[in-house]
Amino acid sequence: MRRFVIRRLLIAVPVLALVSLMSFAVIWLVPGDPASAFADAGATPEQLAQIRHRLGLDEPFYLQIIAWYGRILHGDLGQSILLNRSVSAAIIERLPVTLSLTALSLIFAAVMGIIAGILAAMRHRSWADQSIMIVALLGLSIPEFWLGLLLIFTFAVRLHWFRAGGFVPITESFSGWFLGLALPAFTLAAVQMGFIARMTRSAMLEVLSQDFIRTADSKGLPWSVVVTRHGLPNALVPILTVLGIVTGSLLGGAVVVEQVFSLPGVGRLVIGAVLSRDFPVIQGTLLFVAVIYLLVNLTVDILYAVADPRVRLE
Amino acid sequence: MPWPTRGCALNSAALRRLLQNRSFAIGATLTLFIVLVAVFANQLAPFDPTRSNFRARLVEPGAEHWFGTDHFGRDLLSRVIHGGRISLLIGCFVVIVTGIAGTTIGALAGYFQRLDNPLMRLMDALMAFPAILLAIVISATLGASIVNVVIALSIATSPHTARIVRGSVLVVREMEYIEAARALGASDLRLLFGHVLINALAPLIVRLTYVFATAILAEAVLSYIGVGPPPPTPTFGNIIAGERDFMETAPWTMIFPGLAIVTSVLGLNLLGDGLRDVLDPRMRL
Repeated sequence: MRRFVIRRLLIAVPVLALVSLMSFAVIWLVPGDPASAFADAGATPEQLAQIRHRLGLDEPFYLQIIAWYGRILHGDLGQSILLNRSVSAAIIERLPVTLSLTALSLIFAAVMGIIAGILAAMRHRSWADQSIMIVALLGLSIPEFWLGLLLIFTFAVRLHWFRAGGFVPITESFSGWFLGLALPAFTLAAVQMGFIARMTRSAMLEVLSQDFIRTADSKGLPWSVVVTRHGLPNALVPILTVLGIVTGSLLGGAVVVEQVFSLPGVGRLVIGAVLSRDFPVIQGTLLFVAVIYLLVNLTVDILYAVADPRVRLE
Repeated sequence: MPWPTRGCALNSAALRRLLQNRSFAIGATLTLFIVLVAVFANQLAPFDPTRSNFRARLVEPGAEHWFGTDHFGRDLLSRVIHGGRISLLIGCFVVIVTGIAGTTIGALAGYFQRLDNPLMRLMDALMAFPAILLAIVISATLGASIVNVVIALSIATSPHTARIVRGSVLVVREMEYIEAARALGASDLRLLFGHVLINALAPLIVRLTYVFATAILAEAVLSYIGVGPPPPTPTFGNIIAGERDFMETAPWTMIFPGLAIVTSVLGLNLLGDGLRDVLDPRMRL
């Protein structure tokens, strides 16, 4: 097991190096002189040179890259141009919002998606199966920002059941935290719910057609026990895979949903930076989000090995 | 149960099964409808989508304006019809670029073992960024325009496509008829493009249908955030973004363009599901 974990970590190293290079390289995509993107139209050549120096753009490419690697290895993501603080401080400040949002919607999506998928598989080809699959497909076809706007309009503007965004830390008030996040978390979860339900259903259908399920059924076990005790554990690996993918999409979706619901999270930080061309923040957030994604997938891979010992031997 | 070999299902039997598949039938009908509306936008749109009429601002849906009007008094139905044209166009181009880039990278990685590791680690790295965030950053950095949206979305969707192509190339490469062709003296390039890729097409077609759907969704998001094709060119996304402040008094300005997105994406997703069931049964959900 330990060898499996170490090997998996070693594979992650080159990917991590590439990811940080790509996060940095975003600034090279700017057409023309990146420095002029920050400066006012009437900036003097001296001011432009100063900005270029501040961003390290007056150095050759390879020195820029070496300096970037040197800094990130020290945990220094640089200084924001507009926010007057370090990029890491800005991210850490906004992290609780994004973590709360993604965690809550992961719970929504996983619980409802897995239950719906199991129900659909248990009643294969019934009307329940078909309606669950139609709802799942609809979920996959709705743009998150539009669903968010619809929910705000219906439940916040018209019915006043929830607040449209606004973040209260969980340490202050659990109900305030939950009521503020319920709509955005549901919005974010809707797409993923459809995805998880479809994958769970197909994984369960595959397992339920196996011989050992027929044996368990014919020895007289109640069908619910057959499904939950014999079926589900054997469908865990594909479900785990999906949860790993979903976490990545949730991080991406959070960027959009935070914008729709005006939640002060990392997503809004990066959108603000994108719109105002605050490159250190863009680079730092890209790297941060990608590293989280890699860590989640590393955890999922290790969980595979826990759920299915055969994985370790491959 | 032995599964049919991935990829060798593009024949008349497959076509018959496709036509009997309900997802495919509904999806193809919806997609055809959307495409026809986009193609004949000029003939179908009752008004000029960019002409303002300040005496008809935020008119409710009715006989003259089926979808109502926006806060410039522009006819929403006409804007949605023309917006669909741009959104579908972007989707088409993303499918073409992703198809070419994903196939090339995937084929090279799957066929030439020495390229496999470096190319796929590069794809892994690209996939570590949430696709939508990557697209937002690239599109905004390059500057908001239709071409740059296509570039941004293609970079975001190609890695997964490359991975799928690589997977099927790896399987087909080991088949006996490839060995036979090689024994006959076929060169690597001829083997790859003449024999391997042709037989690895089915999963690619399925994937590209979903890429089309994803591109329409993502274009809407980019436009909504404000890094998509700039107004006054209507797209599904920027119609909604432009009317955000009027949502409470004029909900139709948001509802109809959104329904247009859902219809297009749903059609393509159903089409993809149908194609997958028939062409690529191993991916069946």
